[in-house]
Parts: sequence; structure tokens; C-alpha cells
Amino acid sequence: MHGVPVDPIVTNLTVFVLAIFVGYHVVWGVTPALHTPLMSVTNAISSVIIVGAIIAAAAGTGGWGVAVGALAVALAAINTFGGFLVTERMLEMFKKKEPRRSAGEKHS
Amino acid sequence: MTLSPNVVALLYLFASVLFILALKGLSHPLTARRGNLFGIAGMSMAVVTTLWITGRVEVALAALAVGGAIGWVVAKRVEMTQMPELVAAMHSLVGLAAVLIAIAVVNSPLAFILPDPIPMGNRVELFIGTFVGAMTFSGSVIAFGKLANLGKKFRLFSSAPIVFKGQQMVNLVLALSMVALGIAFVLATSEGRWLPFIAMTALAFVLGVLVIIPIGGADMPVVISMLNSYSGWAASGIGFSLNNPLLIVAGALVGSSGAILSYIMCKAMNRSFFSVILGGFGAAEGAASSTTEQKAVKSGSPEDVAFLLSNAESVIIIPGYGLAVARAQHAVKEMAHKLASKGITVRYAIHPVAGRMPGHMNVLLAEAEVPYDQVLEMEDINSDFGTSDIAFVLGANDVVNPLAEEKGSPIYGMPILEAHKARTVVVNKRSMASGYAGIDNPLFYMDKTMMVFGDAKKVVEDIVKSIE
Repeated sequence: MHGVPVDPIVTNLTVFVLAIFVGYHVVWGVTPALHTPLMSVTNAISSVIIVGAIIAAAAGTGGWGVAVGALAVALAAINTFGGFLVTERMLEMFKKKEPRRSAGEKHS
Repeated sequence: MTLSPNVVALLYLFASVLFILALKGLSHPLTARRGNLFGIAGMSMAVVTTLWITGRVEVALAALAVGGAIGWVVAKRVEMTQMPELVAAMHSLVGLAAVLIAIAVVNSPLAFILPDPIPMGNRVELFIGTFVGAMTFSGSVIAFGKLANLGKKFRLFSSAPIVFKGQQMVNLVLALSMVALGIAFVLATSEGRWLPFIAMTALAFVLGVLVIIPIGGADMPVVISMLNSYSGWAASGIGFSLNNPLLIVAGALVGSSGAILSYIMCKAMNRSFFSVILGGFGAAEGAASSTTEQKAVKSGSPEDVAFLLSNAESVIIIPGYGLAVARAQHAVKEMAHKLASKGITVRYAIHPVAGRMPGHMNVLLAEAEVPYDQVLEMEDINSDFGTSDIAFVLGANDVVNPLAEEKGSPIYGMPILEAHKARTVVVNKRSMASGYAGIDNPLFYMDKTMMVFGDAKKVVEDIVKSIE
């Protein structure tokens, strides 16, 4: 047993399964009112595959492999920027109090 | 300065934790924005670390700038009513990016610090990441078309289910062929790897289309959640093949999030996930409504509704897809504001599947500056209908159908907003057409119900004018 390194697949699987459990518990805690922002932010988070795309785009072999990588970077970047920004736009709209502007006209 | 692999792994770990905190923030509107900042921080950390350790970053940076600019503009310009389409479009991008990365890996594994030829285990992972990514892409494109109402331009985008004889058999055969090609790819020699890989990817694209077309418009909340989940699993698959724990964790978080949302949506419709996926529900829409006998409804004008509302003490507004289509959220907010200034309590009741995606109505109301503590979920407000003067249904139908409480009805068991228990019910609809489920709604024929026909925005604006 000793001295035999663990196959990376097993390590990856460990990480994967634990992450699913974390995700499961965290997401059940999300308030239903924020389910749309949840989708847009998870969209942004899944664009972390841009990491793989960057490596592809920087590959030394050149040629079409780099082009494929660059396209993947661009596509994922749309999500990275778009996802977080649109989430921010939505979240800043969720307010508890009536905004001041309309509170002023309240005594009609 | 170069970073050691250990330092890189620790930075990736830190980014993973930030992603978890981003989701955790969404447990309350007060902490949500901070959560989003955690997410941005995690992503920046992941991207900067990766750029740091890769040699030639010019191409990547240029592509990043182009994609980032597009994303920026889209995020700034998109209207809140278009959010379902946007989310579907973004799912497709993740899917396509996953496929492209897999192609790059198959092309030159050495660039990804993988042995060449690629070990069998990594090939299995590549196969999974690629087919899930490809299905996410083409499925999301179809979902996008359905959500953007492009059905008239292109038949595959029709929001009505597209079903044909032997559909499930075709899907099964295609799926099995895809798996067979995947196995061929795993077992292929280094030279022979392309043919099975490309054929497998092509089949996955086709399958993605076929899986989504039989699902009707109102099942979109499930579809969009499911594709959300797929995009996460695709990212995880790529993470496995690149031995990158950050991608695995991020993908697993997204995957489980989408799966939970799908579950919540199915439960809110009292339908099993498989019955949604197999599709065809609501196909008989037109036929069912034509057979229903003509029953009398009491219809009123916006002025009548204004009178009713002005004399009420408590009003519950039930928004549905019709409100989103008419973009009536601002008019509704104005109406509620006017009523509130007369001392009338106004609250909103949200059914989980109201609209075309989870949380759709909440975002629209938030955009119209409705304070979120006036917007209540189904289980929090259902007990209050009995003591409310008016339930005002705006462009919703099946989610308030009392038939759901009757055994034998097609929607029996679906949890509904109990609008029928309010003292008076006001329903705004465009016409008497039946809802998506294709069944009549007895709520419309009750003695205490007043129908007010017309476009939600127009009707509510007229009501606002008449409230004095």
C-alpha cells in the first residue's frame, strides 16, 4: 500500500464529491427571491473554464489550436464579465425601503 | 517571478472558497452584493494566476478584452424582461467554450501538461466534458430561441412542444451511438482519435437540440435550470481532464445549484423531472380549450377595478408571465404606490414557477423599485388570502387554478396561490384562452371574480388614472 501514489482521478473525485455537498447546502440556503441572480452568478462562475481556454490560447504549438483557444477565451470572457455585471445590476435593485424619490411624493 | 505548482494550487483553492462565499451571500438580499464581489475576486484571482503561469499571453489577453467588452455591453444594455434569454445564451457560451477547450486538449495534450498520447482516464473525462458541453450549447441555443419568441422565424424555436413519432427512440439510438463513439475515442490510437471524437461531438450537438425541442414554453423554468446544471457539469468534466481542482469545484457548485433549481421548479409544478424532460406537455393546448363549454364570466372595466381597489383594505397582487410580456412592472408599482398612499396594504405573491425562469418576477418587481419585503413567496402568503379583500391576478393562470385541489384534474397536486379564497378576485388576461396546461380555470367563473381583459400594462395604467 505505502509508496503507491494515489491516482489523480481519485483525488479529483474526492474534491468533486465534497464540492457537490458544499454546493448542495449553500444553494438550499439561497432565498427564492434571488434565484435569477443565482443563475446569472453561477453562469459567471462556470465561466472559470476560461482558465483552460487561456492555457489553450497560449500553447506554444501555434496554428489553429491557438485560434480555438482564443475563441474559447473570448466566449468564456463574455460570461465572466457579463455574468458578474448583470448580477450586480440585478442585486442593486433589491431594496428594502421605498426609494427616497417616491417617499417624497407620498403625502398626496 | 514564476509561481510553483503548489502556490498555484493554493491560489486556486482560495478562488474556490471565494466562489462558495459568493453563493452563500445570496442567502439574503442584504449580503448578496458582497457575495457577488467575492465572486468577482475569485474569478480575478483565477484568471490572473493562470495568465501569470502561462508564457505567451498576448493572444489570450486580446481575446479576453474582446469577450469582456461584449459581455460588458450586453450586461449594461439587457432589459430585465430579457433575463431568461440572456441566461440561456450564457449557458450556451459555457458549453461551446468547454467543447473548444476539449478540442484544444485533443489537439495538443502537452500544452496542458498532459502526457501524449492522452491517458485513458483523461480521455474518458474529456469525452464526458465534451458531450455535456456540446449538449449544453445546442440545447441552450434552442432554449434561447424559445424564450426570445423566435418561433415564427425558425420552427425549431417554437415555444410549443415539437413532437414526432418515435422521438424517444431516435434520441435513445443517438445517445447510444454517441456513447459508442465515445468509447471508440477512449480506445483509439493517437492517430485515429479525431474521427470518433468529432463524430461524437456532432452527435452531442444534434442530441442537445432534440432533447429541448419537445419541451413547451411554460416548462422553461425547468429547462433553464437544467441547462444551468449541465453547464456546471461540463466545466467539471473539463476540470477533471485537465486535473484542475478549481474547475472541478466551480463546476460542481454550479451543477448542484442548477440541479436544486430544477428540483424546486418541478416540485412547484407537481411534475416529475422525467415527465418534463420527455416533453410534449401542453401540446393539446388548442384542442382542449375549444371543447370547453361557454360559461359566463363577469367582466369589468379598469375603472371598475380602480373602484374596487380604492375601497379595499388589503390587496394581494399575483404577477405572472403576462406581466413580463407586457412589461407592466412599473405601472403595477405605480398602482401599488397610489393604493398605499390611501392606506391600503398592498403585497405581492410569487409562485415559484411564475414567469419563465426561477425568480423572474422578483427581479422585475425589484427593477420597478418594489421593496423586497412586500414581495412574498407562496408558502408565506397563502394563509393570508382568506383575510384579504382583493386578489389581483396579473397575467397568471395555472398557478392560481383551484382545480389543482381537485382529484382527477391534470394539474391535481400542484401547489397554487389560493387567490380564490380572497373576498374578491380580479383577473387580468388578454383573452379567455386557456393557460399553458390547456385546462379551464374555474377561478374565472366564480361569482366573486371580475375579469378585466386587455394588455396588462394598458389595463394597469388605466386603473392608475382612475384611482383618485
